[in-house]
Amino acid sequence: MIQINNLSKKYKGSDFYSVRDLSLNISEGEIFGLLGPNGAGKTTLISMLCALLKPSSGDFEIDGLNYSENENALKQRIGTVPQEYALYPSLTAYENLMYFGSMYGLPQKALKKNIQEHLDHLGLADFAGKKVKTFSGGMKRRVNLIAGILHGPKVLFLDEPTVGVDVQSRNAILAHLKQLNQDGTTIIYTSHHLNEAEAFCTRVAIIDHGRIVCQGIPKELIAQEKNALNLEDVFLSRTGKALRDYA
Amino acid sequence: MSFSLELEKPSVIMRKLLASTHKELLLLTRDLGGLAVLFLMPLALVIVITLIQDGTFKTIKQHKIPILVVDGDGEEVSQSILETLKESDMFALSLKSSEAEAEALVQNGTYPLAIIIPENLTKDLNSKVNENVAGILAKFGLGEDIPYSEKTNRTVKEVRLYFDPATQFSFRNSIKSGIGQMVAKIETQSIYTAFQEEVSDNPTEKIFDTEPFIDFKEIIPSSGKSATLPNSTQHNIPAWTLFAIFFIILPLSINMVKEKNQGTFIRLRTNPVSYTTVLGGKTVVFLAVALVQFALMLLIGMYLFPLLGLPQLDVSGRLPLLFVVAFFAGLAAVGLGLLLGTVAKSQEQSAPFGATFVVILAAIGGVWVPVFAMPRFMQALSNLSPMNWGLNAFYDVFLRNVGFLEIVPEIGLLSAFFIATALMAKVYYERKNAV
Repeated sequence: MIQINNLSKKYKGSDFYSVRDLSLNISEGEIFGLLGPNGAGKTTLISMLCALLKPSSGDFEIDGLNYSENENALKQRIGTVPQEYALYPSLTAYENLMYFGSMYGLPQKALKKNIQEHLDHLGLADFAGKKVKTFSGGMKRRVNLIAGILHGPKVLFLDEPTVGVDVQSRNAILAHLKQLNQDGTTIIYTSHHLNEAEAFCTRVAIIDHGRIVCQGIPKELIAQEKNALNLEDVFLSRTGKALRDYA
Repeated sequence: MSFSLELEKPSVIMRKLLASTHKELLLLTRDLGGLAVLFLMPLALVIVITLIQDGTFKTIKQHKIPILVVDGDGEEVSQSILETLKESDMFALSLKSSEAEAEALVQNGTYPLAIIIPENLTKDLNSKVNENVAGILAKFGLGEDIPYSEKTNRTVKEVRLYFDPATQFSFRNSIKSGIGQMVAKIETQSIYTAFQEEVSDNPTEKIFDTEPFIDFKEIIPSSGKSATLPNSTQHNIPAWTLFAIFFIILPLSINMVKEKNQGTFIRLRTNPVSYTTVLGGKTVVFLAVALVQFALMLLIGMYLFPLLGLPQLDVSGRLPLLFVVAFFAGLAAVGLGLLLGTVAKSQEQSAPFGATFVVILAAIGGVWVPVFAMPRFMQALSNLSPMNWGLNAFYDVFLRNVGFLEIVPEIGLLSAFFIATALMAKVYYERKNAV
């Protein structure tokens, strides 16, 4: 579903590559986790795949398409859930979803039905008419997720979709994502919650300094790593314990 | 939850445009404070400016400018000067005996002006005129000339004017010009009187008609149509409405910068929607705001101004053309706002730049100082200001009473400005966000 070939990104004025010569294949139907410490290059990689950043070199294809030739067709096939709450605070949840859904050209009737279904599944039906600025962090995360999946994308990119939410909201979000995956959506997500990734992902890649340091099925990675009991042990073993502070 | 996706047909583009427009409308109406500022501040601006400008003349008539006079002469000529000043109905005269005292009162701002009439002004003027008249009559054999050796050696008499340093250049100039005319008239009268005394034994006999022969009359050209007498309202409503319309670039650019900061713009960039559609929604809503602003301005001019003692705005027969001009001026303003909102990264960039830029455009556009009164370079520059094009079109309709064809050049320029700025915004966006 996704073929990435020698992809690199170096920001203007930066001395180092955020993503360096990265190659990766992700198959249809996978839930693929991109894991790594702060500044490892996860968000940069996802941003390139979502058409938010231009690669410095290399290329990639999603569902056989690339942005330079089929930008709109590709954007119709992908869904994006950014790390920030990408919502209008003074609009209601319903108004936000109607607007973002309309940007995919969805017919009104289908869009309204779809919004209602997602709101029901994520426990937000009673709050559809409330302004987003009155929502808790968990509620905003769920609306943020719905805005990215209204058009039924074939590939869904999520940048830390459960950061800063309570356990209940996290469970609801992950359960909904599992359902989407079972319905055929390929999911690529980044997270700092390694236990969550271990349970949720069919395959993960650990990225550090812009390169993939290891990838595979979580259980296999744990088994391959000496003295590792879980994915966090693998992560620390591969990326080290030094603090990663960037300014 | 699956459904088939449509191709990008015109109907889909229209659906996206309508959704964008609806969203912009919702965002605008949810910010009631911002909406009130958007509509009320321009109204306050036009009311205040018109009251001030209309009141300038009334202030002079009703309250009079206080001035000091030091009468060192105390005779006929100074009395004539004082009478003329009183008759002008512009000044409230206060007499002082000392020039130093008058100078001090003007220097500290108590009075804007002091007029110092020199000693022996009447005596010396009469003496000079009499000598000149005697000389002329002697040439015609009607008397004896005074020998050159007996002629008085006089220095030029100075009527000194002290101005408060804070008074404006234009005020000083008009006062100087007025006093100059007055003095010239008195000198002429003295010459007539001297001739009268020399050639007639009867002082009551009127030999000369001393009334001015050349006069002037102000006529408003009307090109055969009904003439509109310009007043402060007819001048201010177009100028300041245009100023207010262009101020729309502030809320528009702030709206766009906010979208970047709150992340919604990031999401839009991942959506299959063109930047043109996004800008289209903003254009429709903010253009509508500009037209509502304009309608409110007209209503204020027509119905509120008379209640405030200001001249009523006369829009009879011009309403459709006025809205045509407002539409294209609004488009130009929106285009500028779209460009600023696209380029600016923060509100700290967009707000001060936008506000200052509008003031500059207004200044070079002739909103404050008429273009003909500007230096040559600024006159050339004013041709590049969309506010100048809009102002000319408004004046054409409001004051020159022209038809649609006459305003086509101006509205053409305003349209071209919108297209150019919107295109620049799109090109900048696409270059910045190419993937």
